[in-house]
Amino acid sequence: MSTSHVVSSRTTGREPEGVICRYSLDERVHHWLAALSYIYCLITGLAFWSPYMYWLATLVGGGPTARFWHPWFGVGFALSVFWMYKMWFGDMRITDADRRWSKAMRYYIENEDEKLPPEGRFNYGQKLFFWLMFYGVILLVISGLGLWFVESIPWSLRWLRYTAITVHVVAALATIGGFIIHIYMGTAMVRGGFTSIIRGEVTTTWARTHHRLWYEEVTKGTSAKK
Amino acid sequence: MSQATLAIKRISGHAGPAPGEGVERDYQVCKLVDTTTCIGCKACEVACLEWNGYEFTDTVFDNSYQTMPETTWKYWNLIKFNEHENSDGTISLLMRKDQCMHCADPGCLAACPADGAIVQYTNGIVDFQQQNCIGCGYCVSGCPFDIPKFNPATKKMFKCTLCVDRVSEGLEPACIKSCPTGCLHFGTKEDMMDVAEKRATQLRENFGFEKAGVYDPAGVGGTGVIYVLHDATNPEAYGGLPKDPHVPWVVRFWKGPAKWIGNLAMLGGIVGVTMHYLRFGPKTVDATKQENGGQP
Repeated sequence: MSTSHVVSSRTTGREPEGVICRYSLDERVHHWLAALSYIYCLITGLAFWSPYMYWLATLVGGGPTARFWHPWFGVGFALSVFWMYKMWFGDMRITDADRRWSKAMRYYIENEDEKLPPEGRFNYGQKLFFWLMFYGVILLVISGLGLWFVESIPWSLRWLRYTAITVHVVAALATIGGFIIHIYMGTAMVRGGFTSIIRGEVTTTWARTHHRLWYEEVTKGTSAKK
Repeated sequence: MSQATLAIKRISGHAGPAPGEGVERDYQVCKLVDTTTCIGCKACEVACLEWNGYEFTDTVFDNSYQTMPETTWKYWNLIKFNEHENSDGTISLLMRKDQCMHCADPGCLAACPADGAIVQYTNGIVDFQQQNCIGCGYCVSGCPFDIPKFNPATKKMFKCTLCVDRVSEGLEPACIKSCPTGCLHFGTKEDMMDVAEKRATQLRENFGFEKAGVYDPAGVGGTGVIYVLHDATNPEAYGGLPKDPHVPWVVRFWKGPAKWIGNLAMLGGIVGVTMHYLRFGPKTVDATKQENGGQP
């Protein structure tokens, strides 16, 4: 990781701040594969969801095209989430630090971060979002197969058709809820988060503020980089 | 399938009143299938293929006289056979012409997400408009009779049109025209109900079919295809005709309350994060404020 890179301009009058690698190229690529495929499924899915949003299908080539690609992009989304699972399984386990943090979550919401206990590489909220998307995509893929190949479900097992519709809708709405919060926090609320998932770097101050335990771990043995 | 001749209400740039203005076609069309006089000749199957321009397909033998187990995207009319064992040990060979029922309350139309892909004409015909169909198959889940079928090559759904192209020109459907026994009738819903009820009464009073009756299921608002059955209390015996068909409640909920609950939840999420931003604003990291002095 290059440390000659000046990221922050907030340290006026001080030495340039150091940066830490937060996300590897592999992690960033899979995040964006997941993001783009999810957004495609969201646009086309909303088009199928409501007549008032059917015009969204026009943005991606019209109804039949949207219908053709929606399941394939869904499979792509699932694969990228499963890759994330492989990459982040260790980091996403709920720890004692998370349990302490979750009890103080209102301070996080109200931007009183100084009252929060220290967190590891991902905080409790990020982990919840990850597991929401992980289990959500499993349900979406299984129920989506039922919608994709609806005629392959025999008439005598038609309750499976109706279950597939219900599960797909509930799981989609749950992931949309998580998605709205994720986009908001990643772009507007937690400044520095968005650039970190693009170039992979955060400032040492950002790391120390938001993910103290992780910061201490990655800088252990070295003096804090400048 | 094709566009019906629609009643014209207004015409642009037209001097004087539009021809046909004020004329109302207030009747529903209806096919009556009298299963008690059907001989299973399958002329209606052939006529359907001929009129609609589909080639003959391979038959599928399934230990029955049936041409194939169920209708397909290019085989919209199928005589269903059932060797039904009566309570006295005798066998009845039941035959029923299976096709789209043209429900007054069509589940396919309720489930369909594509603008204009399924239409219901004022005369009651429910018709798929393939140019608007996206091939999602939601109609398959919406139909209580398992009728819409998917053409994998064109990725469009197909089913019986009730010969909308013939009916709109004043002709009877092709299947009706081909029937040699007169077990198929076509006319207004009112007239067909009348004929059907008379036939059922005749069966009850003169032929000993005490349970004879008319199949016009109320759960889907009545249908544009009605049956006279020897035993109206057991429609399932006639190739799985559902006793009390309804649009599945999941489809009703999905296309009704779930829409508004879901849309409000999504809107609530967007309003919620916006309000959070206005109230609390962003989290910024100010290096100058860091404790842990010395190291910026």
